[in-house]
Amino acid sequence: MIDLVRSRPILTAILGLFLLVVLLGSFPIVPETKQAVVVRFGKPVRIYNQYKPGRPIGAQGAGINWRLPFAEDIVWIDKRVLDVDMQRQQVLSTDQRRLQVDAFARYRIVDPQLMFIRARTEQQLNEQLRPILGSEVRNELGRVSFASLLTPERQGIMQDVRTSLNRIARQYGVEILDVRIKKTDLPDGAPLQSAYESMRTARLQEARSIRAQGMKQAQIIQAEADAQASRTYAASFGRDAQFYDFYRAMQSYRTTFIGEPGAKAPAPTTIVLSPQNDYLKEFTGRSR
Amino acid sequence: MNIFLGWGARARGLFADNKGPWGSSGGGDEPPRPDGAGPWGDPPPRKRSSASGGSSPALDEFLRRSRARFGGGGGAGFPGRPDRSIVIWAIIGLVVLWLAFTSVHSIAPGQRGVVMQFGRYHSTLGPGVGFTLPSPIDRVKKIDVENIRSVDLGLADNDDLMLTGDQNLLDIAYSVRWNIRTPELYLFELAEPDTTIKEVAESSMRAVISQVSLNDAMGDKRADIELRVAENMQRVLDGYHSGIQIQGIAIKQADPPDAVNDAFKEVTAAQQDAKSYINQANAYALQITAKAQGEATAFDKVYEQYKLAPDVTRRRMYYETMEQVLSKVDKTIVEAPGVTPYLPLPQVQQSQRRGPGQ
Repeated sequence: MIDLVRSRPILTAILGLFLLVVLLGSFPIVPETKQAVVVRFGKPVRIYNQYKPGRPIGAQGAGINWRLPFAEDIVWIDKRVLDVDMQRQQVLSTDQRRLQVDAFARYRIVDPQLMFIRARTEQQLNEQLRPILGSEVRNELGRVSFASLLTPERQGIMQDVRTSLNRIARQYGVEILDVRIKKTDLPDGAPLQSAYESMRTARLQEARSIRAQGMKQAQIIQAEADAQASRTYAASFGRDAQFYDFYRAMQSYRTTFIGEPGAKAPAPTTIVLSPQNDYLKEFTGRSR
Repeated sequence: MNIFLGWGARARGLFADNKGPWGSSGGGDEPPRPDGAGPWGDPPPRKRSSASGGSSPALDEFLRRSRARFGGGGGAGFPGRPDRSIVIWAIIGLVVLWLAFTSVHSIAPGQRGVVMQFGRYHSTLGPGVGFTLPSPIDRVKKIDVENIRSVDLGLADNDDLMLTGDQNLLDIAYSVRWNIRTPELYLFELAEPDTTIKEVAESSMRAVISQVSLNDAMGDKRADIELRVAENMQRVLDGYHSGIQIQGIAIKQADPPDAVNDAFKEVTAAQQDAKSYINQANAYALQITAKAQGEATAFDKVYEQYKLAPDVTRRRMYYETMEQVLSKVDKTIVEAPGVTPYLPLPQVQQSQRRGPGQ
């Protein structure tokens, strides 16, 4: 042995390196975030660090494991919660209104072996789930009216989507944690414009109604004030209608011929009096 | 990436371990070595220096050997020897430093250290100084847990509109504040925590907005909406075991879309108009009632006096009024009845107007 080392240093070094690599490969480290499917000549034989619901992080599974060199390969599959984004879908609700819907689903690969057999890689899995998610969302949302998409009922609809999506996802060893609508938008163009238009008209209507209400209140206030004033006058003047007539006539003469104090004087007036006028009754010098 | 680093480190460690027997077999070459001419004189140290993280047994062996060499030489003065020992000491120093740096961890007050033993979650270190096994075995990832992060969503510049419950559109901008509650869950449970938070926030916000009316969303229900979104998000994130704590949502802006902003301004204008109508009416009301009260009171006062002496007061008022009136106007007194209609009145007026001036 020693002789061999001494006579063939390079050969032994290469040999040693080779041995080392083999040894290292035999004890793979499985990180906490991955599940490892050990594949022997293309056939999955065992799984390290498989996800089990309720098992705490740091339990048996991750860490150093073993495999047979050359014979077994390891396929790494994510253990974490992954997401699949749906492409933007146009959904037609039962009342024939269009909506652009963006949805996403969160899932976890719970059976990596099945997933490996059916989809091979995570990327392929994602690509297979995406259209399924899209069609499920479209189907379920197409069964409800536009208005109910905007109500708490929507949660129930998403639950339905999740259930039916889960049925398909199970075939890939995947569990859907939840499906959620990210966006519901009106499609650009006519629907959006008509939504704007209805908002605008609703606001203009509101503005008009606010003005009308304001006018109405103003009129009521004025009428009440008039009534109040009228009541005050009546209570006071009603005590002697004849005297009021005289009193008011006097005021009226003054206002008409002299003008109100502070105001501009009225146009010059000429009064033609007859000597028989009551005011001039003493003018003639004889008592009546 | 870390995985590969781990592999590399481990590879080095195993390399050294593996080479242990070689090292001792190299030790068997000791006798020829003092000759200095042995072909093996140099390679082993070179290899060792490449394996800087080498394990201690191999190094001890190396050390022992070199000590023996040094003592055996007895200061005989081989020129290469002292240099070699310095290299060895340097290597030992590096290893000790390596051990010290990778097994003692100081965790800042707002941090937690997640310890992974060969990739498997081991424990979480609290703030202070924590000890672990050295690096290839234990790795520590420091996670900031107290630090509250903020994600801004629905920025004003992108045309991102939400549908409200009354089928209006709302332009909204808000931010989500969150921190990490359980660092190991945060590290190991979610593939893309940041994206997840964003998506869940958007989804929750839209779900809540779609249940309130536009006026509520723009007005006084904002606080309520923020609370509901935060609760909703927390529930969803807990469902993912994300280890994320939502601290709060802040709606920075909730406006109608630009396209209909004018109509909304019109409403504000209408509100102000309505208010001004009412103010004017109130002013009128005050004025008219005050006037009525004033006139009524004046009448009452006069009437009281009149009641005391009706005839005299009446005549007095009549004369006073006539006096005042007639003193200010042009007067024409016509004696004979029947003349009046034929008077050229304008001329009379003119002559009289001219009269006072002349």
